[in-house]
This record gives sequence, structure tokens and C-alpha cells, in this order.
Amino acid sequence: MPIAAALLSVAGLAGVAVVAPILVARRIALATSIVYGASFVLAAVLLVCGLSALLGGSAFQGAVHLPIGLPWIGAHFVLDPLSAAFLVIVDFGAMIASFYAIGYGAHEEEPGRVLPFYPAFLAGMNLVVLSADAFGFLVAWEFMSLSSWALVMAHHHDAENRRAGYVYLLMASFGTLMLLLAFGLLAGPDGDYIFSAIRTAAHVPWLSGLVLVLMLLGAGSKAGLVPLHVWLPLAHPAAPSHVSALMSGVMTKVAVYAFIRVVFDLVGEPAWWWAVTVLTLGAGSAVLGVLHAVLQRDLKRLLAYSTVENVGIIFIGLGLGLAFKTNDMTGAAALAVTASVFHAFNHSLFKSLLFFGAGNVLTGSGERDIEKLGGLVHRMPETAYLFLGGCLAISALPPLNGFVSEWLILQAILLSPDLPQWALRFLVPASGAMLALAAALAAACFVRAFGITFLSRPRSPAAETAHEASRWQIRAMYALMALCLVAGVFPGPFLDALSPVSQLLVGGAMPKQPILPHFSIIPISESRSSYSGFLVFFFILMASWAAIRVIHNFASRAIRRAPPWDCGFPDPSPATQYTADSFAQPIRRVFGPIAFRAKIGQAMPPPGDMAPARLTLSLRDLVWEFIYAPLEGAVLYAAERLNVLQFLTIRSYLSLVFAALVLLLVLVATWA
Amino acid sequence: MERFSLDAAHLLAGGMVLVSFMMLYQNRILGLLNVFAAHAVVLSLSVAWQAYVQAAPHLFVTAAIALLLKAITIPVALHHMVLRLGVHRDIETVGGIGPTMLMGMGLVALSMVVMLPAAAEADPIAREDLALALSVILLGLLMMVTRQNAISQIVGFMSLENGLVLAATGARGMPLVVEISVAFSVLVAFIVIGVFLFRIRERFDTIDTQALDDFREGRE
Repeated sequence: MPIAAALLSVAGLAGVAVVAPILVARRIALATSIVYGASFVLAAVLLVCGLSALLGGSAFQGAVHLPIGLPWIGAHFVLDPLSAAFLVIVDFGAMIASFYAIGYGAHEEEPGRVLPFYPAFLAGMNLVVLSADAFGFLVAWEFMSLSSWALVMAHHHDAENRRAGYVYLLMASFGTLMLLLAFGLLAGPDGDYIFSAIRTAAHVPWLSGLVLVLMLLGAGSKAGLVPLHVWLPLAHPAAPSHVSALMSGVMTKVAVYAFIRVVFDLVGEPAWWWAVTVLTLGAGSAVLGVLHAVLQRDLKRLLAYSTVENVGIIFIGLGLGLAFKTNDMTGAAALAVTASVFHAFNHSLFKSLLFFGAGNVLTGSGERDIEKLGGLVHRMPETAYLFLGGCLAISALPPLNGFVSEWLILQAILLSPDLPQWALRFLVPASGAMLALAAALAAACFVRAFGITFLSRPRSPAAETAHEASRWQIRAMYALMALCLVAGVFPGPFLDALSPVSQLLVGGAMPKQPILPHFSIIPISESRSSYSGFLVFFFILMASWAAIRVIHNFASRAIRRAPPWDCGFPDPSPATQYTADSFAQPIRRVFGPIAFRAKIGQAMPPPGDMAPARLTLSLRDLVWEFIYAPLEGAVLYAAERLNVLQFLTIRSYLSLVFAALVLLLVLVATWA
Repeated sequence: MERFSLDAAHLLAGGMVLVSFMMLYQNRILGLLNVFAAHAVVLSLSVAWQAYVQAAPHLFVTAAIALLLKAITIPVALHHMVLRLGVHRDIETVGGIGPTMLMGMGLVALSMVVMLPAAAEADPIAREDLALALSVILLGLLMMVTRQNAISQIVGFMSLENGLVLAATGARGMPLVVEISVAFSVLVAFIVIGVFLFRIRERFDTIDTQALDDFREGRE
């Protein structure tokens, strides 16, 4: 039974979390390797459980009821296709991150602040995916949030990290509260907290709508939907890099899982306006996330914003799934949902890869600011090429995996004219345009990230003396890169593996992907459209090979002597190179005034003063200004006013109690 | 007989509400103490009647406790205290008597409106008793809120507790243990408050609780 093995492994992870502080306290030299090694093995077991349940059919799935937790509920666990698919996503990421951390963890200054929480974090994420009752789900969810918060606070000496931890804790508590309310509504007055009971119960339409809104707030705040994304670019970079990779690549997917589980599986029939809400939020997140990412100088923060973008893309797919499901267009819904889950998987691969690259840069040079990097391709060649691969994948370039899932989502968008609701018919193409815009901007963003970090000449001594990362780190990245390539070139088997998931969620599946000819995939039918990553890959290989042959055979080998153009910078100072800001400037010019209220000011010195003129650039984060700042103001105002309550006379307190009592009695009298 | 026992129970419980109203307009402390003693006497009568009607001998113990403790011991002790504190000539002026009485009437009406439908299935004795007991409790609270003198607040608290006992005996089946422990906790509260009264008096030369607040730090 895979589920028994999975639960035992989760218990094992919890055990490792308990043992880790003892190892650290005894100053055992191999503590890091032992903890991450054990996490690697256990995550691998969990991965096998998930894979067997996903591929092996119902024989390997199942449910377990353990008599722990609340007395009258117990703990229910289930391994169905949906949880199996996300178990695979979680544990593949966890496995590779553990492997990477065996090398990366050696750089940790205070391993005692990371080692105990890391396995606990993995256990929490796995439990969320496996839980089959609301109580267990929420406990696991909160466990995941708190252990990841502890990891964010690992480097707590930095004031910025402390702030990140604070914002994260606030948002996580808010999210859990929303989930709690959502499950409360789902359970109804009878208090059926077991998923199977929730699934069969009939839900009032407006209550279901409220559940959707609460899930968007609760799961969306964890996944990073705009405008609930504010903690993400603060907290993800603050954690150690392998944890950043997990939080960005995997934990956001756990939130996506929660959303899918409730909205597609538990709550019942969707209404068409749900799709409008989800699509709008998804499209907004995709564009705003990537716009922020383009302007970032901190490499890890850039990656975190790019996560916001990709979560937006996943939610666009889910919104399409809802739109098609509510209109009984099963094939299209299956396509959209499969594409979404596939993109979630793909994103976990390349986002982990990129965060590992950023971690290598951090351990190699000690810098996260890309303006101070540059030229790393000479000092960290393997990291550079692997990072480039990740950039290609996340920019959705064929033949890599990012292209496949985004192409599938666009294919689903092309089916929107068949929708009966006019609102959706207009909105879906608009979100398709947003998706295309986001993809294009993402490409620009990662050209910038790669080019400024790895190409040209070093901009600081730190970059000049950078060194390559350890073998563990590089090997973990190779594994991810290989899987990115495999999922891009042979996507058919991956889509077939996801068909039970879409069967569960929308009651239909994509057509079975034929292995031949040319490993191509067909979203709806062969006559409409098909894509063969293998052919594209083959063509790229052939074309490059031919180009190399032609250049080498026919180009002149004679040495020419000519006045140097010097690639545009004859001045040897590295300050004359393209900078990250200058590269992002055209995009900032176009979108800045709307999205960030960008203002460029000039400060001219007064006549006679020899000081240089200065250009100042101010960008405003409108989400902070228009949502969080008023909220903060309101909370402070209320706190200030309520503070008076601390200093009342005894009689006033008594009067308050008395007034409250009378008020309640009046309520009872009028209610009954 | 059934009808008569019901009427008598209502009479006694209603008498407690009446005495509560009397307490509300007493502006002299010694007068207030006397009325409070009457309150407790009516309570013990009411409990004793319930004991007789319900044929529940342990309620006689409750009635005896009420009589000894609340009608005699506590008023006498408070009497001594007031004399020793030298506040027996003080006149309290908190709010107007009229508005306070009107509020009290409103509270009685409220408790009737709340309790009569809520306890519709209970037997008539318990039903009316509960409503009247809630009135007594609310009036006791009102007294605590409207008075400034610490001793008046204690008396308000004690009359509130009388209301609780009335509710409990009407509802049949409150164990004697609970009743005794409540009585003792009231006694302990009384002792503690008494000690505090003297301490407060020692420090501030008054037992007006307003004076305490004037000394408190951190006020805006």
C-alpha cells in the first residue's frame, strides 16, 4: 500500500526533525549530510509512492483512517490521482533540494537554525497533500507555514529578514484563517469535516461562491496571487537557497493543490462567474508579477516575482478549466486543467533549477545583487549553462517544458469562442493576450537576469573571485535540467499520466497521446493542432550542427588586424557595460508610468556649483499603497482608539460587561 | 394546592424583584444594608417554600445558609465596617433615581421577554422563577454599575448572587455541594473585599472608587 509507506515516510521526516537538533547540539560533523541525506531518501520513497499511485491505477491508491487527532474525527488520509500528482511535484522537488542541500548546507553558518525545520517543512507539505479531512488539512497547513517561517527567519540577524518573517507570518495566519472559514462553510451545520462527506453534501450556490472567494484569499495568499503576493518577494529570498527553491517551486504548488481540491473536487458544480474571478486574478498576477521581476536587482527576489507570474499562469489555466467545466465542455476543461497541473510540475522543475543557480552564485560570490555580478560564465561555467537552461525553460522556449504547458493553455484559450457566456468570450482572449505579454516579458526578464549575472565583465571584486559550486549542487541541477528537457521533448507520457487527475476533477481526460509519429502531442484532436517537441529539438540540433559546420568550413581562418570596436566599451572600466537597470529601462518606460507610477526626476545643481546633475527614479508599489497601507492605517487607527479600553475605571468596565450582557439578551429576545 | 403553591412561589420571587428595586433608590448606606438584609430574608423564604413544594429537604439547608450568612452575618459585618469606616452619613448621588428606576423596569421587561419563550417547556414554577431571577441578577448588575461607593458595589454583587441562588433553586436539582461552595465563595469574596476596603481607606482616606482611578498611572 503506497499510502501506508507514504505516511511512514512522513513520520520518518518528523523523526528526522526531532533528531536534527540533537545532532547539532552534539556537534556531530556530519549532521548536515545526515539530515539532508535522510530527507533525500524519505522524499524519494514518497516520490515512488506518488508515482505508483498516479501510474498504477486504483490498485495503488487508497485511503487510511488513523485514530489520532480529534477524537470524533480522527485523521483521514487519501492517495487519489490528484494528491498523487501533487505528491510527485512536492517530493521530486524535495528530493532534489535535499540532494542540493548536502552541498549547499556546508556553507550554512548556523545549521541549528535550518536543519530541524527543513524535514518538518517537508513533512508538513506532504501531510497537506495527503490529508482527507479539514482538521488534519488545516493542522498540516499551519505546520507547513510555521516551519517555513522558521526557515525564513534562519538568518535573523538581518533586519530585512526579520521584516520578511513578520510579513510572512501575518499573511500566513490570514490565509489559514480564510481556509478555516472556507472549511467551516463547507462542513455546514452538521460539522462533516471529512472530505468524502463534504463532497457528497449539497451546497447552497451562494455559499459555494463564498467558499471560492475564501479559497482565493486563503490558498491565493500562499500561492502568491496579486494582490496577496506581497510576502513572497520578501520571504522567499530570505530563506537559504534550497529552501527558497522549495518555497517558490513547491509550497506555492501545495497552495494550488488546496485550491484545486476544494474548488474542483469538494464544492461541487461551479458557476460561470467563478471563472471570471479566477481568470482576472490569474492574468493580473501573471503580468504584474513579471513586470516586477523585470525591474528587480536582487536575483532571488527576481525569481520570487517570477513565481508570482507563473502562479498567475497556473490560475489562468484553472480559470479556463472552471469556465469549460461549468458549460459541460469536458474535453476543453480536461485540457485546461491538465495544462495547469503540468505547468505546476514544470514550474517546480525550472524554478528550483533557477533558485539553485542563484544559490550557487550566492555561495560562489556572496552576492545577490546582479549589478555587482557579471562575467560569472568564466568562473562558474557549469552553473552558468544550467542557469541558462532554466532561463530558456521558464521563458517558454521550445523544446523545453515551459513551452509545452503554456502552449497547451493557449490552445485551451483558443477554444473559448464556443463558450456561451459573452463575458467569458471577451475575457478569455484578453487573458490569453495577458499570458502572451507575460511570456514575452518573462523572456526579457531572464535575458536580463542571465546576461547581467553571467556575461560581460565582473562588476565587483566579489564577482571576480567567484568560484564554482560543489559537485552535489551541480549534479542536482543537472537532474532538473535533464527532466526539463525530457518533459519538453517527450511530453506525451506526462500528459497521459495526468489523465486520471483531470478525470477526477472535470470528469474527462485529454485524448490519449500517441507515442508515434514524432512524439507529438494533440490537445483536442489531430486535425486541429499538434506539437512535437521532439521534432523541434531535432531541428534545433540539426540547424545548429549545420551552422557550425558551415561556419567552420567556409569562414576564413586568417587573422585580421583592425581597429577594435570593443563591443561598445573601449573604456576598460566595467562600469561602462550595460547594467541591469539600463537593460530594463525600455520596459520600465513603457509600463512604468501605469504599473508603478514611475517618475524620473532631474536634480540640476545651481549655477556655479560644480556638482554633477543627478537623475532620480521613483517607483511606487501600488499594491502596497492602495491596499496594504490603508489597511495598516485602519488597524493602527482602531488600535489607537481601542487603547482607551486599557485605562477605564472599574465602573466603566462593569458598565461595558453590563451593556454587552443586555445587548446579547436583546439579541436573543428579538431573534427568537 | 397546586395553584396556591405556584402563586406563593411567584409572590416570593416577585418580592425579591421588588426589594431589588428598593435597593436601587437607597442613597444612604445603612438603609441600603437593611434593605439588603430584607432581600436575603425574602430569598431564604422563597428557597424554603421551594423546598417545601418540591419536597427537597436539602433546599432547607440552602435556605438556612441564606438566612444565616446573607441576612444576618454579612449585613451585620458590613454594618460594623461602615461604622468603623465612618461613612454612614455619606449620601451617594449617582445619576437620578428616576432614570435608574426606569432602566430597572426596562431590564425586568427584557428578562421576561427573553426567559418566558426560552423556558417555555419548563414547568411553570421554574419558568417564572427563571425570569424573575434574571431580573434580580440584572438589577444587581445595574446597581454595581450605577454606584460609586465600594460598599454599595459589594451589596450589588451580593444581591446579584441572591438572584443566582433563586434561579438555581427554581430549576430543581442543583446539588447541595454546588450551593454550599457558591455560598462559601461569596463569603470569601466578601472577606477579601472587606480587607481591601480597609486597605483602600487607609491609603486614600475614602472608599469612593473614583479616587482609585485618579491615582492610577498611564492614563491619557
